[in-house]
Amino acid sequence: MMSKVVRTITRLMTPAILVFGLYVIMHGHVTSGGGFQGGAVFASAAALLLVAFGSDRIKDHMRIPDLTVISASGALVFIGAGFAGIATTFFYNLFVGSAIFGHVPEFGPAHEDIWTGGVIPIMNIGVALNVVAGLTAVMVVMAITSSKTGDGE
Amino acid sequence: MTRKVVIGLTMVIVGMMLFAVALMMRPFGEPVSVMDDYIIENTQQVTGANNAVSAVVFDWRGYDTLGEATVLFTAVTAVVMLLRKRKDEAPE
Amino acid sequence: MSTIVTNAPFIGVAALACVGLYIMLAQRNLIKIVMGITIFESAVNLFLVSLGYRNEGIAPIFTNATGTHMVLPVPQALTLTSIVIGVATTALMLTFIVLIYRHTGETDAKKSRRVKG
Repeated sequence: MMSKVVRTITRLMTPAILVFGLYVIMHGHVTSGGGFQGGAVFASAAALLLVAFGSDRIKDHMRIPDLTVISASGALVFIGAGFAGIATTFFYNLFVGSAIFGHVPEFGPAHEDIWTGGVIPIMNIGVALNVVAGLTAVMVVMAITSSKTGDGE
Repeated sequence: MTRKVVIGLTMVIVGMMLFAVALMMRPFGEPVSVMDDYIIENTQQVTGANNAVSAVVFDWRGYDTLGEATVLFTAVTAVVMLLRKRKDEAPE
Repeated sequence: MSTIVTNAPFIGVAALACVGLYIMLAQRNLIKIVMGITIFESAVNLFLVSLGYRNEGIAPIFTNATGTHMVLPVPQALTLTSIVIGVATTALMLTFIVLIYRHTGETDAKKSRRVKG
């Protein structure tokens, strides 16, 4: 538990960090970014909360069984998007040219269009859920182990 | 004493090999790019994405991303399993 | 002389790799050995990214681009995978250090070699 200045600044900065992480995840197929990069930015907000408030207050809100469910469902979304086009091959991009995320741009510089990409935005969301829940679970478990009332010496 | 001699000899040999290879490589800025020219030409028609790096990670080389997600999931499961509370600790 | 100026990123990779290798060989504390492994992985990632540069190239993104003379996209995708695998390996190594400290009570690589009970 750090001083009052640190706790106030953390309360102000955490929504901004979460919104920026969500922006990097959702625009992965238009500009730089994607599932892994946005997931790391999103999990750095959890690291900031753990450092500023101490693991005693945080470990009641981020429980390990809930994080396990989120991580497993993210991996299932990723595998399901790969199996959806199993009629042709594994990982076939079957939404190109269809109604969902289906605009096809021509070769050359293009304008910003978020409805392109096929299966790629769905895979971005699946990988981001997996990475966020995984990194947060590792940090919470290590903080509990090295605190004074946990298993630490 | 002999440990320091062995470490020093290893570092000298490996360091000379690394610096010699760094000076003998292809000039920086002229890579061999037959596969990447094909990928840049055909990304927008085949995958429909405007970002070539995301298309390469998730579509042209999707199996590598599948392996990487598996490695990350396995490592997180192993860490959470190894650091549980022991049953014979003092009751809290 | 001009080869040294042209190939400067590869010389940086060789220097980082030598530093990482020396730390891995000469240190006795377990956490410092893990730091040496991380520095060596950074050298490998820098090598992968600097293999794919084209002179006067822009980023391989077609949104609001200024031309089509682009840098190669495949080494950047492979480096992304390598960084994530490095994070997973470092987390598992630090967990093993916590368990060794709990079991034997010290963090010296030579003194904690015997596996008891």
